[in-house]
This record gives sequence, C-alpha cells and structure tokens, in this order.
Amino acid sequence: MPDRVGFFTDTSVCIGCKACEVACKEWNELPADDIGWTGHSYDNTGHLGAATWRHVAFVEQELDGSMRWLMSSDVCKHCTSAPCLEVCPTGALFRTEFDTVVVQQDVCNGCGYCVSACPFGVIDRSEDDGRAHKCTLCYDRLKDDMTPACAQACPTESIRFGPLEELRERAFERLEVLHAAGESSARLYGEDPDDGMRGEGSIFLLLDEPEVYGLPPDPVSTTRDLGSMWASAARAGAALLACVAIAALGGRR
Amino acid sequence: MTGYYGRPILKRPTWTWEVPCYLFAGGMAGAACTLATVAEARGDRGLARRAWLVALAGVGASPPLLIVDLGRPERFHHMLRVFKPTSPMNMGAWILAATAAAITLGGARSVLGWFPRLGRLSAATAVLGPALSTYTGVLVADTAVPAWHEARRELPWVFAAGSAMSAGSAVSLIGGGAPARRLALAGAAGELAATSAMQRRLGAIGEPYREGAAGRFAKLARAATAAGAGLVSAGHVQRRGTRKLAGAGAALLLAGAMATRWSVYKAGLQSAADPRYVVEPQRARLDARA
Repeated sequence: MPDRVGFFTDTSVCIGCKACEVACKEWNELPADDIGWTGHSYDNTGHLGAATWRHVAFVEQELDGSMRWLMSSDVCKHCTSAPCLEVCPTGALFRTEFDTVVVQQDVCNGCGYCVSACPFGVIDRSEDDGRAHKCTLCYDRLKDDMTPACAQACPTESIRFGPLEELRERAFERLEVLHAAGESSARLYGEDPDDGMRGEGSIFLLLDEPEVYGLPPDPVSTTRDLGSMWASAARAGAALLACVAIAALGGRR
Repeated sequence: MTGYYGRPILKRPTWTWEVPCYLFAGGMAGAACTLATVAEARGDRGLARRAWLVALAGVGASPPLLIVDLGRPERFHHMLRVFKPTSPMNMGAWILAATAAAITLGGARSVLGWFPRLGRLSAATAVLGPALSTYTGVLVADTAVPAWHEARRELPWVFAAGSAMSAGSAVSLIGGGAPARRLALAGAAGELAATSAMQRRLGAIGEPYREGAAGRFAKLARAATAAGAGLVSAGHVQRRGTRKLAGAGAALLLAGAMATRWSVYKAGLQSAADPRYVVEPQRARLDARA
C-alpha cells in the first residue's frame, strides 16, 4: 500500500489566480461553470459542486483601516471518517489504495445521500448525468505517479501535494513561521486526527475563522451517531408493535 | 450575514417531493403489515384482510416513488449489490425489499387464498413492519442537515406514531372497525407528543421547523391531527350518524400524517440553505470546549 496522500493548501500564499480551478477542469474534462460575476469579490464559481472540484474563495476585509484580501482554494477533504462514503447505499463511493475517496461513476445511481451527508457541502449531483461527482484527487494521475492537476498548476505552491504525514509536518512548520512573523490569526484546519472527521486528507492554513471562508468550524461526521440512531429506531419500532397489539387485542366495538 | 457572503455551507438535499410521500406510504405499509400480523395471530381474519390491503397499497407505491427520485432510475437495483450496515439507505432498501415480499405473500394468502400451506409469516412481519416504519428516522437523521441530524432522537418516534395513525385511519376507512380506530387514535396522540417533544428539546436549533413552509406544514399537521382525532373519537361512541364523522376524521388524520412528513422534509431544506444553522451550533460547541 502506498502512503496516504493529500493536499496542504497554504492560503497565506494564494494569489487567487484560479489556475487550480482551470487545471482541474481541463484534466478532468469538467463542463464550464456559468462564468458570470457573483458580485462577491473575484469569486465567479461560487461554491464547490459536481463540475467544480476546486473553488477559490475571495474575502475582502477591513483591517486596521486598510483592506485585507483573503483567498483560499477549497477542495474535497478526503476525510478519514468520510460520511459520503459511509452512507453511500450502492458502494459507488470507495476508499482507494492512496486513502482517498472516489465515486465509481459506473455504479452511482444518483440517490443523493452523499450530498446531504457531507458537512462541507463538497459533493453534488450533476443535472447533466444524474450522478454524484467530486474531486478524485486525480486518481488516474496518482496511479501514474503524477501530481494532481491543481497542485501541478499552482504557481505559488499554495497547493502542496504529497504523503499526508509530511504535509502535516510542513503545515505545522509553516504555522510557526507565520506566528513568529506576527501573523497571529494564522491557524490550521483539518489537521487534527481527533476532530469530528478523524482528520482530513486536505489540510488548510487559514488566516481567519473557517466560517469566513465558508468552511464549517467544527464538522462532525454524521455516522458517529449511527448506533444511537438505530437504538432509537429500535425502541420506537418496539413501541409501535406493542401499540398495534394493544389496539388489536381489544374488542371489535 | 454569516460566513462567506451568506452562502449555504451545505448542499441543498437532492431529494424531491417523492421522498416525503414515500415516508408516508412506506410508514403506513409498515404499520399496516404489523396490524395484519397481530390480527392474524388473534384470528381476526376480516381485520387482517383489510390491513393487508392497506399494506399492499403502501408498499406498492413505495418503490416507484424512490426510483423516480434517483438521478439514474435505471440503476435502482445497484442498491442491492451490497449489504452495507453503515448506510441506512442500503439497509432500508433491504428492509423494503423483504417487507414488500412478505406483504405480497401475506396479502395474497389472506385476500386471494393463495399459498395456504405457507408457514407462518408472522415472526418476520412482526419485525419487518415496525422496521419499515421507523428506519426512515435514521435515514433522514444520518445526514449533515442540521434540522434532521439534531432531531435524530425523536424522528423515529415521529415516524412510528405517524405510521400507526395513517395505517389505523386507512384500515378504518375500509371497515376496520374499533381496533383500527384505536390504532389511529394512539398514533395521533403519539405524533402530537413526539413532535412537541422534538420541538422542546431542539430549542433554537428547531427554528426551521417553526418557520416558512415547514412551519406551515407543522401547523396544518397539528390542526388536522387534533381535529381528526376528535372526530374519530366521536365516531367511536357509535351513535347514529357518527360513522360519517369517523370517516372524515380518518381522512384528516391521513392528511395530518402526510403534513408532518412534509414539515420534516421542508425543515431540512430550510436548515441546509442557511449557514447560521451550521455555524452557530458548531461555534457554540467550540466555545464550550475552549
């Protein structure tokens, strides 16, 4: 088995060029988005979706009387505990030998369960072909020992690709450098193996709260509560049976 | 404005009108199948036959509703290519397939007199019926959608009670008599209790259940359920002229059960659309930990 791989997206060096978005679309042959302007700074894709597997967010902030421009390239988190994969009823979503999460397009029947299970709003169903799509971490390129298209195209190395353990070390080193330089708002996101997703395969270095970039601040995999949910259903089912028995045992009148 | 230009963090659930309708039809089939099982065990063949008919109608409507909702309907059978306990939808597909088979056999035996030598189905249907009525609570709650996931404790109870209410009402409409009316009334009481318990425990997170379309469906459900229960109880005393009242009451209870499912469905859509429902509870959790 190869090492688990992932992304480290260092948003402090992102320049918002969207080369990642374009390279992803080119390589994966994804249809174009509606490229009208959203009115939200330089964002024109809006969100991740079935045909948008990298999305660059642009945040304009007033800071100490001047302006700060935050940019961040969002992507599938390839979670350790991936709810999309766990709830998928057909087994279309699977974990690859690289520990990434991929949809088998010949199996997916478009039930949409993964769409509602993802706490990051990453995966979506395509209106064109009725199936669920998301970042594959360039599964085809990985098999040929190549870097995913977005990381390959990133001109500032804001998007790093590699074995996840190395990326995690690199992320902590970078965080120290930024803290030492006085950038006290810098923080890591998705790096903690004990978080609600048991750690993400895509780590981010952010310069503000996650929600500012449209990321959930403390996501928890919905399947963590699956045992208690089934227990609740079993109790309700037993009560239903008892209730039916009592109703039917009484007289006909 | 919360988060990134107030944009939703979660994707809009892809499920459309077929899903709340299935929650109604499948739940009714499960409770009716349970009623048929108990009635057969008691030797009440008239009640059993009527309950099997309702179960057949509900379970017959269910697969088409679920298949039409798929992005690729022709691949519906992919649901049964694996057995996957971590997926409530996969478990539900197996539960529905098994219950549909059992209801078809039980119904054919009871209504048409086929398979007379078929052994007793009751051990299977006594488990499958309640499972079909309640697994949907897990199905809906096992998502990142705040209004659904946070209501995970109560949803199976809401669906179980609504199933009893709708099955009892439907069976009473085709002459099920007092046992069916008692089941409908018990279900109505249960559904009113379960939905208000859910509201109380959710507190501020339950806001989507009180607002917009979800809130309107919830109000409609409460009114129809309370009025329906009153009329069915009046019919229970069996004075002259109350039969029609009881029939109208049963129809109201069916509408109430359907409206509750629509309220749950719409509350989920509303909570997924507003990033506040995602960010605020998570932020509160982080602050409490810090």
